[in-house]
Amino acid sequence: MTIPQNSHYPTYTLGSVASGPPCCDPITHIGVAGLSIAYGATTVLDDVTLDIYKGCVTALIGPSGCGKTSFLTALNRLTDLIPTAQVSGVIRFEGGDLLDPRTDLLGLRRRIGMIFQKPNPFPLSIRRNLELPLREHGVRQRELLDHKMETALRDVGLWNEVRGRLNSPALALSGGQQQRLCIARALALEPTVLLMDEPCSALDPISSSVVEELIQRLRGRYTVVIVTHNLAQARRVANYAAFFWMKERVGKLIEFGHSRSLFDAPNDPLTVAYLSGKAG
Amino acid sequence: MSERIFTAAIWAAALLVVGVFCFLLGDLVRQGAPHLSWRFLLTAPADAGRSGGISSIIISTLLILAVAMAVAVPSGLGAALWLAEYARGKRAARRVIRLSLDVLAGVPSIVFGLFGNAFFCIFLGLGFSILSGGLTLACMVLPILIRTSEAGLSAVTEEWRRGAAALGMTRAAALWHILLPAAAPAITAGLILGMGRAIAETAALLFTSGYVDRMPDSLYDSGRSLSVHVYDLSMNVAGGDVAAHASALVLVSLIVVLNGGALVLSDRWATRKITVS
Repeated sequence: MTIPQNSHYPTYTLGSVASGPPCCDPITHIGVAGLSIAYGATTVLDDVTLDIYKGCVTALIGPSGCGKTSFLTALNRLTDLIPTAQVSGVIRFEGGDLLDPRTDLLGLRRRIGMIFQKPNPFPLSIRRNLELPLREHGVRQRELLDHKMETALRDVGLWNEVRGRLNSPALALSGGQQQRLCIARALALEPTVLLMDEPCSALDPISSSVVEELIQRLRGRYTVVIVTHNLAQARRVANYAAFFWMKERVGKLIEFGHSRSLFDAPNDPLTVAYLSGKAG
Repeated sequence: MSERIFTAAIWAAALLVVGVFCFLLGDLVRQGAPHLSWRFLLTAPADAGRSGGISSIIISTLLILAVAMAVAVPSGLGAALWLAEYARGKRAARRVIRLSLDVLAGVPSIVFGLFGNAFFCIFLGLGFSILSGGLTLACMVLPILIRTSEAGLSAVTEEWRRGAAALGMTRAAALWHILLPAAAPAITAGLILGMGRAIAETAALLFTSGYVDRMPDSLYDSGRSLSVHVYDLSMNVAGGDVAAHASALVLVSLIVVLNGGALVLSDRWATRKITVS
């Protein structure tokens, strides 16, 4: 496939779109064991054990309120921002338990990036949006900053669209461009894992498909965990899928497996019902 | 029809307020302006203020205000930051502190004056001094400053906090580069309200910084503020009316200049830090 240059079509520098799941060997990158999350007295997620494989896209699906986003935010300890959140269990990552209170959170969040449902660029210029986190992590040389910025913007296909207006405000970009900027901002820090919380649900269909294609291209180079309510999207982008459900008002992991087998031949009756639209 | 009456009523209310303000200002200018001159601003008062100028009064006013702001702004901002950013889990503590701040903001200034006199002048032994007056004003201004700054910070979208945290930025970096600049307009509004209240204050200063009208030697010296001067001239000094009007005009101009300055400074700082559109 050839991509026309200098057009509005994004040009990427990441690898080409993989031919489809499954693409990767199951090497555990993040090992979640017995993870439970509670806010105050309310348990939202109970006893989840799940391996997230390196270089793969893992989709978390299930109805609203079953703890998918809570699961995601536990992976980069963003749950720490919520004063009432209590997280228990073990999350093995790079030779340690990232739930350990002694974990260096700033370093952890640099290696595990996160993209939110609503694009959240800072009220800064496009350039400063990418530079600020880099500077905070100690990158100060001008050339290096410029290089990292350009690489990240090329990776998300935004370079040709914004190269001439790097100093204009990021909030003036369209929703889809903002979301790609947020992805670029996370990629500039050179993470190994990207957490995405419904990254397309606030975007129009065209922007959504651009971001979705980008997620396909992230496969292999990054480990991606994506929460999505769009089952068709999950089927298209994911190598692995995890189905969450509320049992007695507590979120549970019901089924986990290759996305192809989970979507085409689900084992659990709940998964069958949810996928066929009879439940949820 | 009712729509028209409503519109007319709104306009009438707005015009009434503007009209009263213009009348006040016009009267002040009409009576005070003829007496204004560089000589008036630059010479010391004589004959209890009937003649001479107000140089020592202006200096005292600025010193009192400087002391008040030097104390109130850092501690007020600190308290607002704590309330809005660091005490998120401590709901009960926040509620109690907010409630007490709201009560404090409504306490009549004469009560602050009595407190300042008892605490700063007598207990801390600072006597009738610019320092006592400034510190008393700081106490008075703090509740306004804290509540408006906190409201401004709380209004900044949660997404930026989470976004910054998810990028591995420290809370201090997020505050300095994003949250504080985004809240700058609200914080400045608080600052202007506070400054206005401080510079217009009379009652609390009568008890604390005194009303000696000579040039203060140091912060430990007593000094008379413009508002006290206006009060004294119009109430206690026969024939002081003209000087009182001129002083009041200077006071109003000073408020306008200080507010404008605060707006420009905060706007410059915020636009250097952030680019909204």
